[in-house]
Amino acid sequence: MSAVAENLFINVEVDDSAAGDPAIVTKLVDACPVDIFAAGEGGALEIVTGNLDECVLCNLCIAAAPEGTVRVIKLYE
Amino acid sequence: MRIILPIPDFPSESGDGTAVAPPSSLTFPPAMRFFEYEAREIVKREGIPVTDYGFVTTADEAREVAARIGGSTVIKSQVLTGGRMKAGGVQFADTPDEAAQHAENILKLEINGHMPRGVLVDPKAAVKQEYYAGVVWDGIRKKPVMLFSDMGGIDIEEVAEKHPDHVGRGHFSNLTEPPEFLAKEVIAQTGVTGSQLQRATPILARLARLFVKYDMTLAEINPLVELEDGKFVALDAHMDMENEARPRQKAILKDLGVADEETREAREATEFEIAGEAVDGMDHRGVAGNVTEFDGNLGLVIGAGGGSLTLFDAVRKYGGKPANYCEIGGNPSVAKACGLAKLVLSKPGVDKIAVMMSIVSNTRVDIVARGVIKACLELNMDPAEKIAIFRIPGAWEDEGYKILDKYGVEYCDRSVSMHQAAKRAVEKIQGDVPTGAAA
Repeated sequence: MSAVAENLFINVEVDDSAAGDPAIVTKLVDACPVDIFAAGEGGALEIVTGNLDECVLCNLCIAAAPEGTVRVIKLYE
Repeated sequence: MRIILPIPDFPSESGDGTAVAPPSSLTFPPAMRFFEYEAREIVKREGIPVTDYGFVTTADEAREVAARIGGSTVIKSQVLTGGRMKAGGVQFADTPDEAAQHAENILKLEINGHMPRGVLVDPKAAVKQEYYAGVVWDGIRKKPVMLFSDMGGIDIEEVAEKHPDHVGRGHFSNLTEPPEFLAKEVIAQTGVTGSQLQRATPILARLARLFVKYDMTLAEINPLVELEDGKFVALDAHMDMENEARPRQKAILKDLGVADEETREAREATEFEIAGEAVDGMDHRGVAGNVTEFDGNLGLVIGAGGGSLTLFDAVRKYGGKPANYCEIGGNPSVAKACGLAKLVLSKPGVDKIAVMMSIVSNTRVDIVARGVIKACLELNMDPAEKIAIFRIPGAWEDEGYKILDKYGVEYCDRSVSMHQAAKRAVEKIQGDVPTGAAA
């Protein structure tokens, strides 16, 4: 098994206020075309790290959540 | 047999003087091959005269067919490989019992790793003259070409090389009915005249028609013979059908008894190629298809709208030795690009990979860049060292170049042609250019 990090190129940060709101989590899960977001126990947000590098930079997650609560970070910049 | 046409403007030697094969565009794409007995059935259906042969799968059946034919017969192994005569897969018999004995032996005879499907029992013809008639797809001209030679029975490549004046050629459109006058012109180029010209003309014209009708990539009769009585018959035939045409050629395939699961490829897929199929099947996004193994040291992650063939040919033109062929495109996922690159990088003997495509619109440069870099890192390899060149201009290229910059991978944009990029990759793998030097 490789010791390389699962996400080399993209990271996503979600504020606790959005990550803990099941309604917003549902929107994020629905919005992401590459399944970076999943709803965990109690509807809390889970980030699927194995899918982070598949991010197509569509910004749909940013649009789905309250302004400023979701940030997509390019690790190569 | 695969036809390689001489290409006047293609160098026969690379820069270092070593021989270079013609572009692969004349030998691709992979085709579905027919057994001789099937190929003969196809030509027979199109009105081309054949002998009163019989295809059988047992010695007893061979005896019956030989008795029906009467006289001497030829017993021919039905295998999808060449070299039958040398391997003992073609025998002559004077009696039905002798035919049965030969059939029994040939049915047990493995040739180049292939066991025969059966044997063909053919009358031994009284041959006056052997000819060659063929139609092949010319990938350079993007047209079929009729070929005819008055020196049949031997490889047409050999005739073309040693006796070029004995080979007639004529391209035609596959959108219209191949004209009979063109067939006559092609035959006449070889000096054939009179009744021979009159008899051979409809045969070549019908061969051209069946080539188009059945989506063949190769249709040849070798030898086409003139018998002592002046009649012309096809003594052997070879047909390759475009693989992609199988769905629309279901009727003829069904008639011939070709099952859907029969790949009929030139050889069994290698472990590497099977692994390539697995990579392609890992998710629905994009394509990483037609992974084909070669024994070179330069791995190729190539594709985009015919770019694969161009790039593969370009690598060979500049003396490079591809480790593989593949066709990547259709916006593959990072995982798929990574999986393909890992497969190629892990292949024994691969020193570097070249990641090259024509200008892409529906494939994202940054996604492929992520994939190939991830592959290197997951294999504990330095992307700057292992990726000889990254030449994919197009959608999201600026984002892709940022990624490549970060990992020190040499890349080029659309101002560098595919040929220039291929040349650069070959130079780097041959050690002529230090890794990481600017293009």
